[in-house]
Amino acid sequence: MTRYSALNLFQKSRDGHKGWPEAWRKPAPKSSYDIVIVGGGGHGLATAYYLAKNYGINNIAVLEKGWIGGGNTGRNTTIIRSNYLWNESAHLYELSLKLYEKLSQELNFNIMLSQRGVINLAHSQSEMHEVTRRVSAIRLNGIDSEVLTPDQIKSLIPIINLSSKSRYPILGGSIQRRGGVARHDAVAWGFARAADNLGIDIIENCEVLSVSTSNGIVRSLETTRGCIGAKKFGFVVSGHSSVLAEKAGFRLPICSQPLQALVSEPLKPFFDVVLMSGTVHVYLSQSDKGELVLGAGTDKYNSYSQRGSLSVIEEMMSASLELFPILSRLKVMRMWGRIVDICPDASPIIGNTPLRNLYINCGWGTGGFKATPGSGYVFAHNIATGEPHNLAAPFSLDRFAKGKLIDEHGAAAVAH
Amino acid sequence: MKKQPFRVEGLGDIERNRPIMFTFNGKTYTGFKGDTLASALLANGVILVGRSFKYHRPRGIFGVGVDDPNALVQIGVHGRSTPNERATTTEIFEGLIAKSVNVWPSLRYDILAINNSFSSMFPAGFYYKTFMWPASFWPIYEYFIRKAAGLGTVPKFEDPDTYEKKYVHYDLLIVGGGIAGLVAAHVSAKAGNRVILADERANLGGSKFNSEVTINNKPVKKWVSDIESELESIGDCMVLKRTTAVIHSDHNFVVLREKIIKPNNHSSHTMISQRLWKVRAKSVIYATGALERPMVFQNNDLPGVMLGSAVTDLIHRYGVCPGKNVAIAGNNASIYTLAEDLKACGANIVALSDSRKKSDNNENLAFDSEFPVFMGQAPICAFGKKKIRSVSFGPVNIDTAISQNKDDKKIDCDLLCLSGGYDPNLNLIAQAGGSVSFDTEVSSFNCQSIPKDIFLIGAAAGNFDLQDTISKSLNIVKKIIKQNGTSVFPDIVYQTKGSKSLNAVSPVWYVQSKKSNNKQFVDLHNDVTVSDIDLSVREGYKSIEHFKRYTTSGMGPDQGKIANVNALGILSKKIDINPQSIGTTRFRPPYTPITFGALAGRDLGDLAEPIRITALNVWHQESKAVFENVGQWKRPWYYPKNEETMEAAVNRECKAVRKSVGIFDASTLGKIELVGPDAGELLNRIYINRFDDLKVGSCRYGIICGDDGMVIDDGVTSRLEDKRWLMTTTTGNASKVFHWIDEWLQCEWPELDVFLTSVSSHWSTITIAGSNARNVLLELAGDVDVSNSSFPHHTWKIIKIFGVVARVFRVSFTGELSYEINIPSRYAHSLWESIISIGERYDITPFGTESLHTLRAEKGYIVVGHETDGSVTPDDIGFGWMMRKRKDFIGHRSLSRESIIGEKRPQLVGLLPETYIPEGAQVLSDEISGSDKQSIGHVTSSYNSPSLGIPIALGLIQGGRSLIGSNIRIIGPSNSMSVNAKIVSHCFYDPNGDRLNV
Repeated sequence: MTRYSALNLFQKSRDGHKGWPEAWRKPAPKSSYDIVIVGGGGHGLATAYYLAKNYGINNIAVLEKGWIGGGNTGRNTTIIRSNYLWNESAHLYELSLKLYEKLSQELNFNIMLSQRGVINLAHSQSEMHEVTRRVSAIRLNGIDSEVLTPDQIKSLIPIINLSSKSRYPILGGSIQRRGGVARHDAVAWGFARAADNLGIDIIENCEVLSVSTSNGIVRSLETTRGCIGAKKFGFVVSGHSSVLAEKAGFRLPICSQPLQALVSEPLKPFFDVVLMSGTVHVYLSQSDKGELVLGAGTDKYNSYSQRGSLSVIEEMMSASLELFPILSRLKVMRMWGRIVDICPDASPIIGNTPLRNLYINCGWGTGGFKATPGSGYVFAHNIATGEPHNLAAPFSLDRFAKGKLIDEHGAAAVAH
Repeated sequence: MKKQPFRVEGLGDIERNRPIMFTFNGKTYTGFKGDTLASALLANGVILVGRSFKYHRPRGIFGVGVDDPNALVQIGVHGRSTPNERATTTEIFEGLIAKSVNVWPSLRYDILAINNSFSSMFPAGFYYKTFMWPASFWPIYEYFIRKAAGLGTVPKFEDPDTYEKKYVHYDLLIVGGGIAGLVAAHVSAKAGNRVILADERANLGGSKFNSEVTINNKPVKKWVSDIESELESIGDCMVLKRTTAVIHSDHNFVVLREKIIKPNNHSSHTMISQRLWKVRAKSVIYATGALERPMVFQNNDLPGVMLGSAVTDLIHRYGVCPGKNVAIAGNNASIYTLAEDLKACGANIVALSDSRKKSDNNENLAFDSEFPVFMGQAPICAFGKKKIRSVSFGPVNIDTAISQNKDDKKIDCDLLCLSGGYDPNLNLIAQAGGSVSFDTEVSSFNCQSIPKDIFLIGAAAGNFDLQDTISKSLNIVKKIIKQNGTSVFPDIVYQTKGSKSLNAVSPVWYVQSKKSNNKQFVDLHNDVTVSDIDLSVREGYKSIEHFKRYTTSGMGPDQGKIANVNALGILSKKIDINPQSIGTTRFRPPYTPITFGALAGRDLGDLAEPIRITALNVWHQESKAVFENVGQWKRPWYYPKNEETMEAAVNRECKAVRKSVGIFDASTLGKIELVGPDAGELLNRIYINRFDDLKVGSCRYGIICGDDGMVIDDGVTSRLEDKRWLMTTTTGNASKVFHWIDEWLQCEWPELDVFLTSVSSHWSTITIAGSNARNVLLELAGDVDVSNSSFPHHTWKIIKIFGVVARVFRVSFTGELSYEINIPSRYAHSLWESIISIGERYDITPFGTESLHTLRAEKGYIVVGHETDGSVTPDDIGFGWMMRKRKDFIGHRSLSRESIIGEKRPQLVGLLPETYIPEGAQVLSDEISGSDKQSIGHVTSSYNSPSLGIPIALGLIQGGRSLIGSNIRIIGPSNSMSVNAKIVSHCFYDPNGDRLNV
């Protein structure tokens, strides 16, 4: 692997950067592997990377029906945080945040993790109580979190509208200072390059057409690039998990819904934190390129179309201008939609399936990007050992049958 | 008035008798009414207008419409300061103040232009490869990256203007008011269709505006204005100028953004700035034309290099010829028309290159004697520093690159016009679901499949012959109006003359330079060069989406309008895959950037969310109540007397209820009437407890679970008549519960014969609570016996109060004797005032939600949302007994799952803390959990109890009911907040309920 560094960049600049190799190879698929991961998003690539790195398994293929990182990895608002209420979630997302904190160096790919602090606003007495509850619980889990007064919020975000005459005045909030944003594409590419370096085949434009099973195990996958067999399989395909599970003959308790986001035209830096509000429903941050990145809630209806309704955008804009009236003359440059896979309890599914050699990782809903390295880390353990990682065990598929839900509907401080 | 050196006498459609003064980068200039900022600047010879995003290279106006990637400016001051406006689409007005964005300290001497000298260090994606050492320095690197990035600045003051929305339905929406769009609008409107025609510019006519073309022997300008007046005279036809279609959603729902031209831009008064039209049309015609793309060669970004179509447009619309010595380069017939236009302006054409070996009709021969015409050649390199000084040409090899010839001759010029072919403008049709395919004939994308009821005409359909466009448009319109039920097709002929058609284009994707390729710009806005494409390919970012994201090509404010096809063509050459197989990135809305304010419209401030008030609101306001937001409702929180603190007010209100009587506005509670023979059965299934056995005249408290078995709401339901029931819900969940029941009724149990009606606002609810409540009621009740024996707890009666039928429910949320009087809302205010005056002798005290919650907490009554959070079962909050004998209800099966019956669930208990602790604080116990870090539960409600004089709390604690008597520790959100407490039963006051049944 040619090292990425300022020195190398300088040296290679002298011959017009002709010396840089492919970030990852474009191999033809082999007929069989030890492990096949379906889904070349961040989670799938991270899984492959940790399988190779932590368990020494290199004979792995990652199959991607389009281009890697092209699903929710490449279409989100890039927020990273671990301020979750329930212990199970907190530990999993904190693992992920800790991995993120070292990821640029580990992958030798600058993912531009920007720990600028994630603020959640409270607009009512009951939301203030919720802030107390969350901050108290999060701190007990050893994760940083603080309650903020309106004045503290103002000092972090000078342009915020604190007027008591607002429709829903800001009464306070909380902050996770280690939270922030990262460059989403870089996460996918960084994992791909590092995984490729460990010998993993990343196969793009390879869609799974059918799943061949017998005696309770998966034998092979029929794909657009031929039949591919493996000893073990992992499915990590977010919005289309239900579709793929159906091909393997089982069902998932997942709803797929469009979730929209948008960016403004680039502006000089004016907004240095990540802000989320549940009541005045929007979350926003400013990218390093200067664009304001905004997101809000899902459409109310299930759909696989990668676009949503205008009304959701209008509500999101009205919410942003409630919080920041001076943004009124900014312009939206691009809006997009993606399909999020939401479980009844808004927590993911990681673990074994009714098929003995098939493992599944899905249901991350509106918040999968922040979990990318952690998700790959625990899922790699699951596939390598056949047993769930202890942090992932509570997220098994059978929790719905057992009633052991991890209800994070309020976890984004934004109704899912 | 200063002379405008590049203004051409006698051309253009501007009002030369109306000069307008404006300021650009601190210098004052004069333009004319009808100018855009771009045309006025060019008329004044201002070539340098901005700097590029990454290398801060000097840039001039390149295009003339929404496609221009360079001339982004900050316009206006104070609240009207607007970042990133396009000089090309901004009409000038008196006193306009504009300045270039992202330059410091000035446009001419921009410090970050140093980036240009080190550009070899900053290829595509360089930031992924560096800034990683030392790891702790990233925030510092990032600080400087952020400072360098971004374009305009956010205004410092609130926007004084407003934005309107308008909803309309039309038979036909036509987007684009060029000749094709006008013909379509004219014919369909004449046929009686309701038509809306939108064009983004200030004048109709599109690319033919004010050109040499004649239609029906009229000069095109005259023809356009005649058609426009005719359309405006037809009642059902609307012409919207300065209006851009930005979003196409499902079922022909199209969003148009109209810019309103204001009489005076300095007024501090509120003005309507933009209007968002939400159009639903039976059919949509896109006549959106085509965008010209540039050619890619060394230094093709120098100020003074422009699109040929932009120059044509400047001449025809504004009478501006932005150069004196002009070179022309292209690969299609449009350059010859341009040459004629330029000649007509008196410009000196210094050279023309046509990359084709042969022109369509030997047009080149006509000019051969006048200036050098280079057939089969293309520009190799432009020279100059802050503007173009000269250009060299060289031969083309087949359809791609050419090698540089040593003896390239530099030809001096101050303007170089480029025409690299035309791209049909397909953004909106692609948004609508149309698919595109690469057409090698015109070397661009054409629409391949078009969704139903959407049509493409004109250049947007790849048709560059005016007469042919008109006849094809007429055929399409015929089809549409037939579909719309009109059989008579107006017999109108449109005969054009003087228009030249555009045939084959021979692409020259880029020009190979002998030196590096890092100054051959593909995306001018984001400074993406051919060498960036090389690097992207070399590193394997070959999928069009990876390519876009890695190089940032097409990711600027112009979204690559003129860059994307060139980028694709070059990528295609580099990886040797045809453009069709590579495909495009996804077209996303909006077509051009749209203002936040326009999308938010009037939904701001008090209108951000509707404010709901009860019929008693005036009284509450007059009584100086402090309100709290509960969902959309404004509810009295407490009624402070004489500057009282909240604590003192709540204390006084609570004591009044416990000692005598209080009055409370409970009108916000959700009320649903269920009518029908199966209403009892429906309630049985919705509630966890049984309801069909409830007697007429009785009330019962019930709990509703979700299908996961978790509590979602609670409330009292009464049987009004045999087949008529009244359900109450919590305030916050009123509509949610209504829709919940409705969904079950419609989707799962359509056989149940029940009607649901929300009557929440029909009835106002006045609660009187306290031991003197009956004494107050006695005075209202007339002959009705309201004694305890005749009107016991959990029953209801009809009482005519002052002749008005009221439903009085004896239910209690305070633990005191209490009546909820439901009365039609229009009588609520006078009834309330009567009760206040009747109650005077008992010192009747209005109390707010805070006191209500305090009183109920003393009784250990739960509040949904406090004691429940979507993860709490009925048994957790002590209502397991309610469902013990039930057969089935929503959530029943979920509640039998092993984790719910087998494990230590959180259970509702009372807590006696040493001092007040905030709600949400966590409960710890070393003894119980074996760890002083592991939470065993949390505080759900917490108050200083006025009745008991001590702090009390409710909490959900794992296995709490068996821990009564245990000591625990409660910790809050900061290290200093830690309190000891004891677990007790959750009912603190009157545990036997004696006070309810007096």
